[in-house]
Amino acid sequence: MKTTRVIIVAVGGQGNLLASKVLGEAALSADIPIRMSEIHGMAQRGGVVESAIVFGDAQSTIISNGEADVLVGFEPSETLRALNKCNADTLVITNLSPLMPFTVNIGKGVYPDLKQLQDLIGAKTRKLIAFNAAELAKQAGNVMAVNMVLLGALIRTQTVPLTADQVKTVIQTKTKKAFTEVNLNAFELGFSAAAQ
Amino acid sequence: MHKLLSDQVGEKLLLLGNEAIARGAIEGGVAFTSTYPGTPSSEISLNFFQMSQESDLYFEYSTNEKVALETAAAAANCGLRSMAVMKHVGLNVAADALMTLAYVGIKGGMVVLTADDPYMFSSQNEQDNRYYGKLSGLPVLEPSSVEEAKDLVPYAFDISEQLQEPVIIRTTTRINHSTAVVTLGPMRPRTVKGDFKKDPLNLVTVPAVSRKLHVKLLEHIQQAQGLSEKSHLNFTEGDGAWGIICNGVSHAYVKDAVKDLNIAGKVKILRIGFSHPMPTSLVKEFLKDCEKVLVVEEGEPYMEEAVKAFAQEDGNTVEIRGKGETLFSRLYEFDPGMVRERIAAYFGIPYSRPAAVDVSDAPEVPARPPTLCAGCSHRATYHAVKKAVEGMETVYPTDIGCYTLGVLPPLSMADFLLCMGSSTGTAGGFSKATNRKVISFIGDSTFFHSGIPGLINAIFNNHDLTLVILDNGTTAMTGHQPHPGVDMGLLQLNGYGRLSIENVVKGLGVPFVVKIKPYRVNKSIEAIREAVNFKGVSVVISEEMCVLYAKSLGLAKGKPFRVTEKCKNHRDCLSIACPAFFVWDGKVNIDPDQCTGCAVCAQICPENAILPVKTEKASA
Repeated sequence: MKTTRVIIVAVGGQGNLLASKVLGEAALSADIPIRMSEIHGMAQRGGVVESAIVFGDAQSTIISNGEADVLVGFEPSETLRALNKCNADTLVITNLSPLMPFTVNIGKGVYPDLKQLQDLIGAKTRKLIAFNAAELAKQAGNVMAVNMVLLGALIRTQTVPLTADQVKTVIQTKTKKAFTEVNLNAFELGFSAAAQ
Repeated sequence: MHKLLSDQVGEKLLLLGNEAIARGAIEGGVAFTSTYPGTPSSEISLNFFQMSQESDLYFEYSTNEKVALETAAAAANCGLRSMAVMKHVGLNVAADALMTLAYVGIKGGMVVLTADDPYMFSSQNEQDNRYYGKLSGLPVLEPSSVEEAKDLVPYAFDISEQLQEPVIIRTTTRINHSTAVVTLGPMRPRTVKGDFKKDPLNLVTVPAVSRKLHVKLLEHIQQAQGLSEKSHLNFTEGDGAWGIICNGVSHAYVKDAVKDLNIAGKVKILRIGFSHPMPTSLVKEFLKDCEKVLVVEEGEPYMEEAVKAFAQEDGNTVEIRGKGETLFSRLYEFDPGMVRERIAAYFGIPYSRPAAVDVSDAPEVPARPPTLCAGCSHRATYHAVKKAVEGMETVYPTDIGCYTLGVLPPLSMADFLLCMGSSTGTAGGFSKATNRKVISFIGDSTFFHSGIPGLINAIFNNHDLTLVILDNGTTAMTGHQPHPGVDMGLLQLNGYGRLSIENVVKGLGVPFVVKIKPYRVNKSIEAIREAVNFKGVSVVISEEMCVLYAKSLGLAKGKPFRVTEKCKNHRDCLSIACPAFFVWDGKVNIDPDQCTGCAVCAQICPENAILPVKTEKASA
């Protein structure tokens, strides 16, 4: 089976690990080989959380620089920071709603210009899908559902060997009951957004 | 029911490496488990903790790794299958017990799990704990995948009982924190009560006994050597004139590289999963018809040196390489692309890596370092200490926990750190060696772990220092595990004792002890000033529950604050680096979603411009 390597980057608290878990459970139910790894030691302290998800027959659970087939960024500056994971053939999906790093908040850094960021990523990779996932998550009922919006977008691109139904079933059975409806709405909104 | 207690043999679960290890222990009939938490091992013990609440599995959060190993060693000497879990540096703490436990041995199977952290994602060093196998004489097993991590544990228990010695399982972060699909196996029934048979001439390590026991240990190493030679964990795959010897996660990278480079017919792989003792004959046999050999291992050249020595014994002059400038580094962790590239270079295979995008023209991305949480009481304590010692020449020895994040500016409240508990010991040295005022910081859990002996030392040797104990009521950094000072009633758990840090400190005879509530800024500054001016050993206990822990327990009561029009932009509030603050349009603001209402900034503001959101509304 073809190997597909997906990197998800996020800021602690954005639900990156749940998104990976949904992909993992969906792959398990579809009998598709999957391996994942995560670095989340400081997730609760506002640090960066990175997950690697490898579909297919590879044994490795991490993804080297330049070797991601897909990069999903939950936060635009983190997408840019992870750009070294990409090559000219990588598909990039990013949320455009910034979460200011504390360093910027206190005037010790400059947040990159979003237009420049998109032009740059778009020029260097195969394709960039960029939209305000936080806005769509709010529409779905909870700004915390950014992870599900981006999951929807990822599935729509057909870059990973999972169908929307497989993922939605996992959202229904494995995410918290109180959030199931919001999560499914968010998934659908992200799924539609990636089509445009 | 806890998912890892499932009796559905053959069921497939998506498990984190650490969950797989915990399940492996259950399948191996583990009855007694103990730990001191530490990344990347912590989720193993978290799962034991949870399972112990709904089964007859015994689990304890021990006060440190040495005690964890000792309790487990005693249980194993009563015939129970036991397991002590710790991060790599935790084994340094437990090493004293481990070295002589190897002499004494065990009756029930015992596993010591040590989780190494190449690249130091969450650690102070990246020592390679395979050497503990050599040092102690104990067997070392290393998994290469999440699935294998589970299967390794029952096997470790079996050979432990066969050899009557504890077995070390050594993992790395990328095993502990990787996830894969694991198939559940049958669970061996647990024996939860054993018996201790008195046998002082074999169990009390006075010199005359130990001289005999060392002989026995050497015999056991010999037997372990035989097991290693035949173990299914040491195997050869593929065929060819090129040889690759690898272990742990490197095996996955090597296998992927062989596939990606299309060299399956040219290379054979020797995977070492039973790495102490090394399988001498197996390695020698493997080397015999190799043209050249590459050893792929993260960390130190542990296998490489052994393999070269074996070749020498056989008079085999085949080229063997591993660590070196153009090959592999002793630093950090490996990755698949790097291993693929080095294999291609060493064996002369034409290959160039796909180019990563050139990011040289990308705008600089602002750093996002982990910070103390909004409302964290450590920030308040640091502010109070800074104010109390204004104008003094200071040294701040620190310790291991969330508060170590205070090293970053603008707080800059950490000057020296070695290991758990080092704040108290090093403080004494700084106080004697300099004329500076020494103020050490240590967390509550770390204080119980290994801070107390340094404090005792300071009292006896009459050092001049102030120890600030940051008591937030939990082991926060590793995920809010209990420690001996924690109120277990808050977790609805009964049957635990509880130690008061104040009583401990006073009981040791510290001549000046003061407790502060760090959110009360001025009172805290006053109290700290007095402690700092005291000549001799003084202790400040700063008591306030971790904000994240309080939130998880439903005990967070604070209401958010806001910056009002009275603000004159002094920006004193920014000096405490609370992430709830942001500057927008030249003005300071507070994010109400992040603010926990600790009110420290409100007390710092010279204009009293920071007020509770509610009051503001009421007055409007």
